[in-house]
Amino acid sequence: MKTVTLPIAYMPLVDAAPLVVAQEMGFAQAEGLELDMIAAPSWSSLRDMLAFGRVDAAHMLSAVPIAMALQMGGVTRPLSAAAVLSVNGNVIGISAALEERLRAQGHDFAFNNAKDAGRALAQAAHGRLTVGVPFPFSMHAELLHYWIAATELSSCDIDVQTVPPPLMTRAIAEGEIDAFCVGEPWGSMVVEHGVGGLLLPGKAIWSFAPEKVLAVRAEWAETEPLLLDRLVRALWRACRWLSQPDSRLTAAAMLARGDVLDVPEEVIDRALSGRLTISRNGDQRHCPGFVEFHRGAANFPWRSQAKWIGEQLAVRTGLDRFAAREAAAQSFRSDQYRRALAGTGADLPGASEKVEGSLSAPTPVASGGGGIVLEGDGFFDGRVFDPYGE
Amino acid sequence: MAEPLTIVVVEQDRDRALQIIDALKASGSYDVQVIGNVSGLARKIAAFEPDVVLIDIDNPSRDTLEELTIASGPMERPVAMFVSGAASDLTRTAVEAGVSAYVVDGLAPERLMPILDTAVARFQVMRQMRSELAETRRALEERKIIDRAKGLLMKVKGIDEDAAYALLRKTAMDQGKRLVDVAGALLTATDLLS
Repeated sequence: MKTVTLPIAYMPLVDAAPLVVAQEMGFAQAEGLELDMIAAPSWSSLRDMLAFGRVDAAHMLSAVPIAMALQMGGVTRPLSAAAVLSVNGNVIGISAALEERLRAQGHDFAFNNAKDAGRALAQAAHGRLTVGVPFPFSMHAELLHYWIAATELSSCDIDVQTVPPPLMTRAIAEGEIDAFCVGEPWGSMVVEHGVGGLLLPGKAIWSFAPEKVLAVRAEWAETEPLLLDRLVRALWRACRWLSQPDSRLTAAAMLARGDVLDVPEEVIDRALSGRLTISRNGDQRHCPGFVEFHRGAANFPWRSQAKWIGEQLAVRTGLDRFAAREAAAQSFRSDQYRRALAGTGADLPGASEKVEGSLSAPTPVASGGGGIVLEGDGFFDGRVFDPYGE
Repeated sequence: MAEPLTIVVVEQDRDRALQIIDALKASGSYDVQVIGNVSGLARKIAAFEPDVVLIDIDNPSRDTLEELTIASGPMERPVAMFVSGAASDLTRTAVEAGVSAYVVDGLAPERLMPILDTAVARFQVMRQMRSELAETRRALEERKIIDRAKGLLMKVKGIDEDAAYALLRKTAMDQGKRLVDVAGALLTATDLLS
């Protein structure tokens, strides 16, 4: 097989690990691919690089292909999400001032109860809160809005602003924002700089939220199906490698390098191990499954996940939610994922949609090989999302 | 005669901002505003009610501009990155030059073209200068590594500078590696063993 060089863009985050691992551990090479990794300065730049053909694939926020399908944002060009690269992995954090007030109120910082944390934060906020998220179309924004709507925070005046992840520490230090929802390592870096603390993992809001996807131009997926298949397989194997406990330290070392994240290994390991330091005092909390790269069929792009995101975006911007569901479902390409992995021994689920939020514990489901156990995917308020329901 | 268009340029570097203003003013009659401090960027931009926003593609604060693409009220004017129809090629050129333009929906392409042409030309020059600067810095860094490796060889093996350089060079050629990589490996190995 002739080696093909594939330009691929990523944002410097812990969950860019599948791309770094695919290249560094030889999974790409085994599929005859050389990944030319290009770090993007912002999500909009990454999207433009992909849309205008500077790169052929990207590590992308799961909500971006869906927003583009709904004609939202500066550039709208059809993208395909051919695989999910990671599930969960965000944190909600607060300024040092709010942290003090929460402590004074007697909040336990249990780091696993979104209902309690919402109530406590609403009380501490005195009615007003400015919250930073990395991008208007992101799981960060969706989780935040979902959490606000379903807790006492709904009675506060909340302003959600866009703050690029590496600038989150500065924004919280300068009082531009009171709280944030961001991907690692940037939440932990706020704690490292002593300007704030962590309140909740994203997982405490939705326990199986698709975070980053492998995105390609829809038209490229049609003209280069074999290349796409090779890329999906290489990334799938990288994700499987990442899910093995023995890989953790090696992965942290790879990501820590100056040309990738340039952040201490120990800080990166917090996300990978799920052992997060939540305050300046060094308090730690354990959150199993803080970020999932593979377990529980994490890489499968469920059309129902896309529909959930589409519906949330539609409700917020006043679009028809049923039309939005259908448009969104077209951008999560479970068909392309199945084609790429057919015959590799990868076990594939029998269905391409599920009722999101219906599993409260790991559950075996029908699959080609009979070996898939899905992780719990509940929402903190117990609601479920039926992709065909009202 | 239509009202002059309002252009907001987001640029933290004062000299670069002045260059862009000069270039724009030379190409037409525009009301040009510069925002240097990016905190609260979306709010500041909204206050100017601009027709066009120009920003460096490499500026991480660019993401805050995406908020402007969602009109949140009937009085707000949505903006889009200019991609429609014939201007698609122009947008691609702009992306390659390193500038992104956010434009109020419905602005006539013939009014936008001269602005974008000017911005593209200016950004290309600045990008060129930046990459030359980066290249110079990199060359300097490599020079330092090679010099340290040479010094080490001179001390340990008791040879002169030319011989040390020749040894590094030969090793690099034998191993099919870059001189600086061999020098770097030598320094790392020495650090480990010391």
